[in-house]
Amino acid sequence: MNSLTARRRHPAVAFVLLVLALGLTGTVYALVSSASAATAAAPAAGDQTQIDQGRQLYLEGCSSCHGLQAQGTGNGPTLIGIGAAAVDFQVRTGRMPLAQQGAQAPAKIPTYSAEEINQLAAYIASLAPGPAIPTAEQLDFADADVALGGELFRANCSQCHQAAGQGGALTRGKYAPTLMGAEPIDIYEAMITGPQSMPVFNDKTLPPKDKQAIISYIDHLQTAPQPGGNALGSFGPVTEGLFLWTAGLAALIIAAVWIGVKAK
Amino acid sequence: MSTVERAGGGLATYVDDRVSSNKFLKKNLSKVFPDHWSFMLGEIALYSFIVILLSGVYLTLWFKPSMVEVIYNGPYVPLKGVKMSEAYASTLDISFDVRGGLLIRQIHHWAALFFVAAVSVHLFRIFFTGAFRKPRETNWLIGVALLTLALLAGFSGYSLPDDLLSGTGLKIASGIVLSIPIIGTWASFLLFGGEFPGTDFISRLYGIHILLIPGLILALVTVHLMMVWYQKHTQFPGPGRKNSNVVGFPLFPIYTAKAGGFFFLVFGVITVISGLFTINPVWTFGPYTPDQVSAGTQPDWYIGWLDGALRLMPPIEFTFWGNTLSLNVLTPALIIPGIIFTVLGAYPFIEQWITGDKREHHLLDRPRNAPTRTGLGVMAITFYGLLWIGGGNDLIALAFGLSINSLIWFLRIAVIVLPPIAFWITKRICLSLQRRDREKLLHGYETGRILRLPNGEFIEAHEPINEHERAELLSKMDVDPLPIPPAADENGVANPHGALGRTRARLSHWFYADTVPAVTAAELAAAHDHLHHEVEAEAHDLEHYRSLEALGGVMHDPDGPKQNTPH
Amino acid sequence: MSERLDAPTDGAGSTLARTGEVPPERLEVAAVTHSPRRADIDPRAARRAERQVSIMFGLSAVLVVAFIAAYVAIDISSTVFIPGLGDVGAMNLALGLTFGGAIFLIGAGAVHWAKKLMPDVEIVAERHELGSDEATTDAALAAYKRGRDESGFAQRRIVRRSLLGALAFFPLPLVVLLRDLWTQAPGAPAPYVQLANTIWEPGERIVTDITYQPVKAEDIPVGGLVNVVPERLKEVEEAEGNLNARAKSAAILVRMTPEQIRSQQNPDWDYQGILAFSKICTHVGCPISLYEQRTHHLLCPCHQSTFDLADSGNVIFGPAARRMPQLAIDVDAEGYLIARGDFAEPVGPSFWERG
Repeated sequence: MNSLTARRRHPAVAFVLLVLALGLTGTVYALVSSASAATAAAPAAGDQTQIDQGRQLYLEGCSSCHGLQAQGTGNGPTLIGIGAAAVDFQVRTGRMPLAQQGAQAPAKIPTYSAEEINQLAAYIASLAPGPAIPTAEQLDFADADVALGGELFRANCSQCHQAAGQGGALTRGKYAPTLMGAEPIDIYEAMITGPQSMPVFNDKTLPPKDKQAIISYIDHLQTAPQPGGNALGSFGPVTEGLFLWTAGLAALIIAAVWIGVKAK
Repeated sequence: MSTVERAGGGLATYVDDRVSSNKFLKKNLSKVFPDHWSFMLGEIALYSFIVILLSGVYLTLWFKPSMVEVIYNGPYVPLKGVKMSEAYASTLDISFDVRGGLLIRQIHHWAALFFVAAVSVHLFRIFFTGAFRKPRETNWLIGVALLTLALLAGFSGYSLPDDLLSGTGLKIASGIVLSIPIIGTWASFLLFGGEFPGTDFISRLYGIHILLIPGLILALVTVHLMMVWYQKHTQFPGPGRKNSNVVGFPLFPIYTAKAGGFFFLVFGVITVISGLFTINPVWTFGPYTPDQVSAGTQPDWYIGWLDGALRLMPPIEFTFWGNTLSLNVLTPALIIPGIIFTVLGAYPFIEQWITGDKREHHLLDRPRNAPTRTGLGVMAITFYGLLWIGGGNDLIALAFGLSINSLIWFLRIAVIVLPPIAFWITKRICLSLQRRDREKLLHGYETGRILRLPNGEFIEAHEPINEHERAELLSKMDVDPLPIPPAADENGVANPHGALGRTRARLSHWFYADTVPAVTAAELAAAHDHLHHEVEAEAHDLEHYRSLEALGGVMHDPDGPKQNTPH
Repeated sequence: MSERLDAPTDGAGSTLARTGEVPPERLEVAAVTHSPRRADIDPRAARRAERQVSIMFGLSAVLVVAFIAAYVAIDISSTVFIPGLGDVGAMNLALGLTFGGAIFLIGAGAVHWAKKLMPDVEIVAERHELGSDEATTDAALAAYKRGRDESGFAQRRIVRRSLLGALAFFPLPLVVLLRDLWTQAPGAPAPYVQLANTIWEPGERIVTDITYQPVKAEDIPVGGLVNVVPERLKEVEEAEGNLNARAKSAAILVRMTPEQIRSQQNPDWDYQGILAFSKICTHVGCPISLYEQRTHHLLCPCHQSTFDLADSGNVIFGPAARRMPQLAIDVDAEGYLIARGDFAEPVGPSFWERG
């Protein structure tokens, strides 16, 4: 008991607690999100009340831009045939509804609850067939080949999202967002629906096995330690050069000034 | 005498008997070097170069400069089973298998970034203080050659690990070679052993990177230092410092300790940074294949300006008689750098021709006292800086939420408009500083003490500047621009060099235009009397005033001194 | 005899300022100044400085021992969490800090020693004249003339010229020896011919990059992007042992609705709205597939050239001067996408003979 009390003050304790807390949050979130994914996949079959509630939400929150029949207007594209996965991705990550018109819809705190998102998704899915929300099984990357994922990532993703997944600029103010906070379901849905500028990588040209490999590689990018020390944001030579000219060279010039200044 | 000293003495005698080394020691152990922090910037370059050589030797023990394809089977799981070149695989081995190998790699790479940066700031110091003037023009040329070699050393090293970044850099380099008129395709096939990427290039580059370029750098650095040694270091103006002497500390012991110590400081700082911060994580970029790329693909900082020039160039390409001339590639990649390095190398000679100044200069210019040169320097740095920003435009756009297209258009215009503005502003600032210097020298510095004189007048008290500053300010000199030569002599014979002479004279007038005249001896003497007088009078006033106050306070004293007027 | 000591020939204004010394009245400056340091007057301060210096040197040696301990004890793959740095490799961190610290302390100790304890009175040394005096110059000239006359270098013109000729020729072998950097087999097509062709052939199946799976037209959705290579690429690469074929043949497939396609390099080169373009930028050759499916723009991450794939792949922004070459495609009997032949124009960066 004494030893436990003593160890409670150990500096590593904060770290261990943090890891535990993060792990717990992650697990809970994974359970919740996969549970919602699992339930969301079902209503496409036709839970009419859910569809009706979704339609109500749609008319209130989305129709001004996407049209009363989801046919699209000058302010927003048609939603017919985009599928439940697209609705789930856009609304769950807060990209929709749009806060203001701009080059790109940024991710933000979601406006709708998980249940409301499922209703919206069910309504849009009822209009025309489209990609369904991926199942927990589809998202399970435990057995995926991370090295194959790396190769596929560099062939298909890194040109926009950058080799370390930090994101990159596109034309006219658009950008490929960072993947650092992305959950497996976000990545999967983005690939099958092609949100905003992103092209579609459906399950035919990039089978689920390959997607899981990519997700597992992104997971590695998000979580792997940096063997060489702090990676300065993993942006490559630009941040390295910035660090050199500010901190690095400054340290040496301070040393030179110290040498040059007369002692008291 | 201790045993060590006896042994050392014995060794010295042994060497002296063979090469008369005592003569050298007698002369050089007490050789004087002036002290200033900016004189150490070149030392940073030298020391980081030594660190590069040392760490580079370690890397050669494990690195395999081969493009033979292998399947990776090392400890780094996310690349297990991936096909890659031996060069890349051995770089992974250095990073993950060899204990301390990653540290050595990072020391080598960080030191390389430090090396080019230190060479650059050293060049700025030399330029802005006019240290390139006679008799040091040759050493300036050697310096420019060293800068060029430093860029080549850096780029060749960046290209060796054969990761996705370095391979993309080489692909761009091969694209640039292809753009050379007439011989481009043939030169590219000669360099790469056929089509890009081939399997020869890394082993060819390896010899250049580890032997040819460092050998040349080492040779030129030696000559560079020997010339500094022989010509003695320049010094800033200050008490007792003249063009004909050098004031400072002896080589032994002061500089042995300070410069020797600085080597360890530089090495230490680089090593600590390499322990704390990742540089070039090749495992993240993946092995090079010519059909993959990463967003934010950038070269190391010192090539950034060239990449920026490539990015900002508008698409200009001509096709004629079945040939293609790609000015969109040639101009930024070869023509502009060619002009920049030529002008840089020729600058001391250009300035000497314009000013007609053939004197030896051992006292440095304060940048403000050469406003046109300082302006030109800032103009060049502005141009370079904008190209450099261009090299990172995608990351800047991403970080600040800007449109990359707008940013490129801004830079395309700015790169032409801003440098002349920078020149003008800098020159004006220099001239203002000159005016302030002149004021200070003649009237002392403003103390901020406001005095009310008995006659009701307010003055700000001035005090003489200290001797160090006085010596510094006195160093400014007036030089008249070259006179415009007559178009013809008195016999009416046209001057054969008239046009060139007139251009030169005009440039000379431009170079010296607007400069604030230096304080003359007569002005100084007059001002000295005046200032002296004022200080005394002020003291007298105060005394008088206090005595009146002591008597019960009198606000107005009609007999008070009236000759004190503010300037 | 003093050719070197020429006076200024331009007859310029203030000759004194150009050639002579600084005007004497400017040099009325104080002599070198010096104020004593604390350690110069207070023996306790001097002892304190001495102690600080020796502690730095001592600590340096301790850190070297720590370095060796870390080298032996720490596993190369172990990591450690450091606030402010994150999860980092333990070995790199420990080795860097101990080794770097040890080196730094030696430098810091030496500088501190020099600043606090070594004399800090500045010394004045006169500069020596750089140009030689007339006597030396004359002697040098005389020595040269003697050598010139004795060798007959000036008179014996044939000897001199043949020597200069020989010296001009002798480096030639050094250049000739570089000839075999050229590794093309005799009779191989000229570089520009090789650059102009890729391995795409009529009927060649289009397969996915990395996984080499053939692609059916109906597999590609509108807005889709597939990074592809020729089916034969794998065997070609194995046979050639290099990546040359990949560097030219890499391509992308995108799909639009037929009405979104405003123009093509040839009106029937698509297959039901599926377009194939080269992946190699026409600027300096970066592989590009930053395809924005809404705008149909293709952006190069290296230098921001932008191409409009809905409009024949024309350049709409950036430094590239030429459109992206399009590959004519079709489907085979089994419904898999195939190339109808090679690219109609050379892919990748421009070159002189490209035309």
